[in-house]
Amino acid sequence: MKAVRSMILVSNDPESNVRGSEKIFSAFQQQLRDYGLTEEVSLSMVSDLGYSYASPLVLIYPEAVVYGPIEPADVPHIVEEHLYKGRVVEEKRAPAHRLSGKVAWLSARKGTLPAENRVVLKNVGLIDPESIDDYIAHDGYQALGLALEKAPDEVISIIKGSGLQGRGGAGFPTGVKLGFVNKALADKKYVVCNADESEPGTFKDRVMLEGDPHAIIEAMLIAAHAVGADEGYIYIRGEYQLAIDRVETAITQAREYGFLGENIFGSNLNFNLHVHVGAGAYICGEETALIESIEGKRGEPRSRPPYPTTDGLWGKPTLINNVETLANIPAIIRNGADWYRTLGTASSPGTKVYTVLGNVNVTGLIEVPMGITLREVVSIYAKGMKSGSFKLAQTGGSSGSIIPASLQDTPMDFNSYKKAGVSLGSGALLICNDEVCIVDLAKVLLNFFRVESCGKCTPCRIGTKRAYDILTDISEGKGTLGNLEELTTLNKELLELSNCGLGQTAGTPLRDMLNYFRAEVEAHIRLGVCPTGVCPMEEA
Amino acid sequence: MPSVTLNEEETIQEVRKIVERIGSTRADLIPVLQAITNQFGVISQTTMLELSTLMNLPTKEIHSVATFYRMLSTQARGRHVVQFCESAPCHVVGGREVFASLKEALSLEPGQTSPDNKWTLLTTSCLGVCGIGPVLLIDTDLYGNVTPEQVEDILSRYE
Repeated sequence: MKAVRSMILVSNDPESNVRGSEKIFSAFQQQLRDYGLTEEVSLSMVSDLGYSYASPLVLIYPEAVVYGPIEPADVPHIVEEHLYKGRVVEEKRAPAHRLSGKVAWLSARKGTLPAENRVVLKNVGLIDPESIDDYIAHDGYQALGLALEKAPDEVISIIKGSGLQGRGGAGFPTGVKLGFVNKALADKKYVVCNADESEPGTFKDRVMLEGDPHAIIEAMLIAAHAVGADEGYIYIRGEYQLAIDRVETAITQAREYGFLGENIFGSNLNFNLHVHVGAGAYICGEETALIESIEGKRGEPRSRPPYPTTDGLWGKPTLINNVETLANIPAIIRNGADWYRTLGTASSPGTKVYTVLGNVNVTGLIEVPMGITLREVVSIYAKGMKSGSFKLAQTGGSSGSIIPASLQDTPMDFNSYKKAGVSLGSGALLICNDEVCIVDLAKVLLNFFRVESCGKCTPCRIGTKRAYDILTDISEGKGTLGNLEELTTLNKELLELSNCGLGQTAGTPLRDMLNYFRAEVEAHIRLGVCPTGVCPMEEA
Repeated sequence: MPSVTLNEEETIQEVRKIVERIGSTRADLIPVLQAITNQFGVISQTTMLELSTLMNLPTKEIHSVATFYRMLSTQARGRHVVQFCESAPCHVVGGREVFASLKEALSLEPGQTSPDNKWTLLTTSCLGVCGIGPVLLIDTDLYGNVTPEQVEDILSRYE
């Protein structure tokens, strides 16, 4: 293929064609010849750019600018300005809300939308994740140098001051946790990165590890300095082969550069880092189960207290943080706590990475300030619903909440969501349209818990199974109203009696289903009808 | 997937090599079991007995760990393992229909291996590629945005 400087695509779907796409194409041919650009600019007609109110569309790479609607008369100006002088013709850009499908994704990529404030994904996609030099050239390991010049207490007070909260789902203040481990007296301490990301719908940690592995190593080094640890583990789920490879490469490079090992940067910090590859168990994302698993045992959660901050890996004080939490630390050290507080909301500073999924036009990863609303995510970042209308969103994998349309305008931060009685979870946003049946969805979620429950404690092992069976009955038209009371009780018992987070949150879908969609559930029972036609109801 | 069938003596030799390479402390147990699953496709009774001696652990401990994790297997599987993601993100974008078509094409229910030992069908929890659901994993090949119509074609690529 011939290398070209720019590429022009003209949409030629039936609608564009009716509106004159062929004339636009020949106008471009003519203009490119006139400006002598035929050798360096390629021109083609494409038929699958997706439906748009703004057609005919003209797409110009590498800027990925989408122009539309375009008339043949616009062509000379675009060629002169964009291709000859290199200036984007702003007034001819297609309005973002008029695009859908592939082109919508493209126009989002180039920031026609509110700029994404990237902190943790700053380098992802921009640097070579297999090159430590590339990372260093992008301010890498600078924060480690700054941190090593400060006393551990000082580092902790910066993190505390930033208001950073754990991004794994629970939202625990990171600085406070660092303080606990720092104060614990022991001859040995550990820093562990929890990358056993297994919440359905969540893949942000994978992208961070694949795209910027050194950031996590640097963050763990800073944390090790802050708490006085000299050994660390990154626990990566076994399915994430590329992430495992990249992190291992990064560790080797960091060791060669003397960033891991003895007397790092000439300080008295010694730190060794290992990768532990998970063997496939959702429960190992729970911190004490993860510790058991590193120790070579079944991943069954321990009873807490004592907490890992005092009795963690091999009984030693252990700092465990999620990948995204750690990824915030270098930026906070480099730019200061006050800078961090300019992002997000007063109660939840910083940004949040979400995975946007489901029945929307654009799925994928976004990093946005804390406090934006679900409506913004759906209409701006996800470019609207693919089909049907918005019914609900499910946050943070299976242990997240079901967010009904009535909460679409609630700011997404730890505090506001807590007040609204829902939770942000781990950052997945599964957007569902009105073709999704609430009973069917809850059944799938409960099936997940039933399968993934480690079986150690009875309320979780039996509760999740019983809840799944009841939902199956309801979905087959065999439910009774008494079942709904039983589900409420089950949720309460799971919450109060389970040993760990899995069981405690397993009932959340039941609670949210009955809170927000009770009528739909009752239709299954009283009328013997699944309003969306999804459930295999038996003939009455 | 396992390509050669070794006799017991050869298996024991291979297990010894793995333990020598990875280590024999308690913390090495899971990596050792992973390496064995990768090499043989299954953690057999013979293997467990040998590990028990090498790592100084009761076989019940080894069995208890080996049966806990999804990626470790104590049961022989077919030549190709088909894993279908049954988590919510894949489910709401058409996973239900794809799974029905997959079960029909293979004539298998989840957990079963075909009589000719070609296929094993498993359901799995989220694989972390939810942006392109519904997702299907055959051995180590990942298929995204799968439609029910594509299932036959995808399966036909495997011998």
